[in-house]
Amino acid sequence: MSTDAIALPRTELASRPFVDALHEWVTTVDHKRLGILYIVYALVFLVIGGFEAGVMRIQLVRPHNDFVSPQVFNRMFTMHGTTMIFFVAMPLVFGFANYLVPLMIGARDMAFPRLNAFSFWLTGFGGLLLYFSLVGANGLYGGGNAPDVGWFAYAPLTSRTFSVGHSTDFWTLGLLVSGFGSIGTAINILTTILCLRCPGMSLGKMPLLVWLNFVMSGMVVLAVSPLTAAQLMLLVDRYLGGHFFDTQAGGSAVIWMHFFWIFGHPEVYVLVIPAFAFASEIIPVFSRKAIFGYPVMVAATICIGFIGMSVWAHHMFTVGLSSNANTFFVLSTMAIAVPTGIKIFNWLATMWGGKIEFKTPMLFCVGFLFQFLIAGLTGIMLSAAPFDWQLGNSYFVVAHFHYVIVGGILFTVFAAFYYWFPKMTGRMCDETLGKLHFWLFLIGFHLTFDFMHIPGLLGMPRRIYTYEPGRGWDIWNLIVTIGVFFQALGTLVFVANLLWSYFKGKAAGNDPWDAWTLEWSTNSPPPAYNFATIPTVKSRRPLWDLKHPDDPDWKYE
Amino acid sequence: MASTQHSSTLGVFHLFLVAIWSAAASTDTAAQSMSPTNIFAPVSTPAKSIFGLSIFVLAVAAAIFVVVFALLTYSVVKFRKRANDDGREPPQVYGSNQVELAWTVIPVLIVVALFMATARVIADVQKTARPENAIEVIAIGHQFWWEYRYPALGVVTANELHVPVSDSTHPTPTLIKLLSADTDHSFWVPRLAGKTDLIPNHPNSMWIDPHQTGLYLGQCAQYCGTQHAKMLLRVYVQSRDEFDRWIQEQRRPAFASDAASRGQRIFETTACINCHTVAGTVADGRFGPDLTHLMSRDTIAAGATPNTPQNLRLWIRDPEAIKPGSLMPAMELNDQDLNALTAYLETLR
Repeated sequence: MSTDAIALPRTELASRPFVDALHEWVTTVDHKRLGILYIVYALVFLVIGGFEAGVMRIQLVRPHNDFVSPQVFNRMFTMHGTTMIFFVAMPLVFGFANYLVPLMIGARDMAFPRLNAFSFWLTGFGGLLLYFSLVGANGLYGGGNAPDVGWFAYAPLTSRTFSVGHSTDFWTLGLLVSGFGSIGTAINILTTILCLRCPGMSLGKMPLLVWLNFVMSGMVVLAVSPLTAAQLMLLVDRYLGGHFFDTQAGGSAVIWMHFFWIFGHPEVYVLVIPAFAFASEIIPVFSRKAIFGYPVMVAATICIGFIGMSVWAHHMFTVGLSSNANTFFVLSTMAIAVPTGIKIFNWLATMWGGKIEFKTPMLFCVGFLFQFLIAGLTGIMLSAAPFDWQLGNSYFVVAHFHYVIVGGILFTVFAAFYYWFPKMTGRMCDETLGKLHFWLFLIGFHLTFDFMHIPGLLGMPRRIYTYEPGRGWDIWNLIVTIGVFFQALGTLVFVANLLWSYFKGKAAGNDPWDAWTLEWSTNSPPPAYNFATIPTVKSRRPLWDLKHPDDPDWKYE
Repeated sequence: MASTQHSSTLGVFHLFLVAIWSAAASTDTAAQSMSPTNIFAPVSTPAKSIFGLSIFVLAVAAAIFVVVFALLTYSVVKFRKRANDDGREPPQVYGSNQVELAWTVIPVLIVVALFMATARVIADVQKTARPENAIEVIAIGHQFWWEYRYPALGVVTANELHVPVSDSTHPTPTLIKLLSADTDHSFWVPRLAGKTDLIPNHPNSMWIDPHQTGLYLGQCAQYCGTQHAKMLLRVYVQSRDEFDRWIQEQRRPAFASDAASRGQRIFETTACINCHTVAGTVADGRFGPDLTHLMSRDTIAAGATPNTPQNLRLWIRDPEAIKPGSLMPAMELNDQDLNALTAYLETLR
């Protein structure tokens, strides 16, 4: 297998004009550059969304605080939720998928490079459109307004009766535009995986990351479409006299909830399955063992994909569905715990008997395992519909889904950063700063989200800009807010580490982690064409076979 | 055979609940003192059923947590790379069908147990037939206050719900029909019941049967607009006598004295009457709370502030000072008119 890049003569000028470089990045159709664009774009919005969370936490630090007005607070939680889901988590997922999938299957690019670029720029403009509401929502005379309807924008709060001006329109259009981008990228990933695998890579020999991104992309196509349809209906309601969600004219508020959550719950899996994908690549490499139970991991993922499409109404247990409907969604929701549990056990078994090396990526993955366990268990509590009648829409729910999204997804995304940064830039991340980042973020995460469960159990609903003293919520809210500062500090160290390592980090070489998948067989960073010769593989770990010719994987698979 | 097994499973579940119950009784005061809205201090059947289930689910979750946490910790500590490592790769294990089967079947069994316990409580709370001699209340959510109507008793009030205590010998549950006048809201008084949403064009209902007199707090639990945070719930659970007396008082027409007549004139010639009702006068607006017996309430502005003359005057002069974003406009009255109007409202007992 010859996978070395062709050594091109160095023709680059010492100082290329900035405009040229910019032009190259804007017009690029290279999957690696688009991947990095997605990731950088997401990091910018991560900082903005984090700032919005900080404003909310300062406001809630004590009862009857007046740091911001209720109007500003309501805009903050709407923008925080929308930003973090659509313009941080989704672009991060797509960014890594874009970068890694072609490299891992031995392809030269995505199946549709121009669609890829188009999708990225749609997503990019979606985010800009949402934030343009800050200047444009009340008309173009400067006094703007961000949307304040909450990230799931329940009808009829979004009707023109209750939401005057254009803030809701910016929210709708932003998600509509970026939704088309998401669907485009998902179709692209599906096609790439189905059509561009290198010789020898049957579906059963794909790295788990590729399998999981395949399932994720399928879910995006199925889940984002209803959201896009609902946004169009909302626009028709607001401007063309439609009555889909107009409760004053016989429309249904509940229909919006169904449309939103048949997107919204699969969306959780759209985000968490790539997180599983990162863990499934990183844990084996740092345990020095093959993933335990590969076929079962694939089956469990497909299972999650299917069941995940049929659990949405567990977000609606308090809406007054019939007891039969509630019972069905209890069952489907609890059922999903089984494949998810299988995954945790398989990661555990992968570490079992290994030689675990606690480099920064592995630290974040171990954090993920513990935290995702807790997130799953609070998820089971919420799936028991009567328990949800108490916990739903309380701070317990907020704590639960942040445990999934931060404790699960963001932790593995950080792991992915530290793991693939050397491939993307050719330089190693600083290990000391990485560990500092891990510990600061871990402390901050647990201060914030462990203690956030408690006010929920004590009756504190979400989305309130202030609360009454004497409810027993004060001390918990104070601790939660303190944790935010640790998380902010950790993120600062992370960004500093990325910048410092990009310019000063030590050279990485092609394969710094002694890993086993194809992306480590080419240069760091890989050339535009990825592989000089398209590789041929015989097993799930082609580089293991190469490094251990006496004991290759394909003998056992 | 199957049915015996079934009943013995339920028997175990019951025993378990009884054990939890007695344990909980001793911690009851502790739970109450932690917060007046603690979900673990139930005083009404729906909240108690939920409490029983939640303890069962918590116990199962705790057991799973302990086992998996221990396994994870063990493997992370035990299998870390040692300083004196020989540099060789560990034995490669690709999987094991027996092990996979074990950790599939065990979770399936746990899920079945949890599901059956849950389905039972859903049926208990949701399928209960409408009890005899239930008090019927219609609760209507508004931005950002609660309207309560007792159709059989001819009473209309706002923000402070009064219900009779229910004991096992004389059960007097309260059936609450939930409607919304504008956006979505949610009725959540944690010690009485789980929350149920109030959705326009989608009538819902819930029921409570509080076993203890007292004041139970809660608040709107579905984001409904700017002042969602100060849409507070107050439920006064009274003895049957007190409740009947309260009903009698609420049914009386508004009392108006001569001293207040100037204030009444102001009330009836300004925009007040577009939104507020005072029974027996020209004021019959329904956009805002019914003020017929305003002075019988402890709070104003949906529980946002105590019902004192100073607060009432401030509320009329500048609602933004108490509840920014509330739909009550500032009335822009001069000091004399403001005093007269406040004096009139204070006669509405």
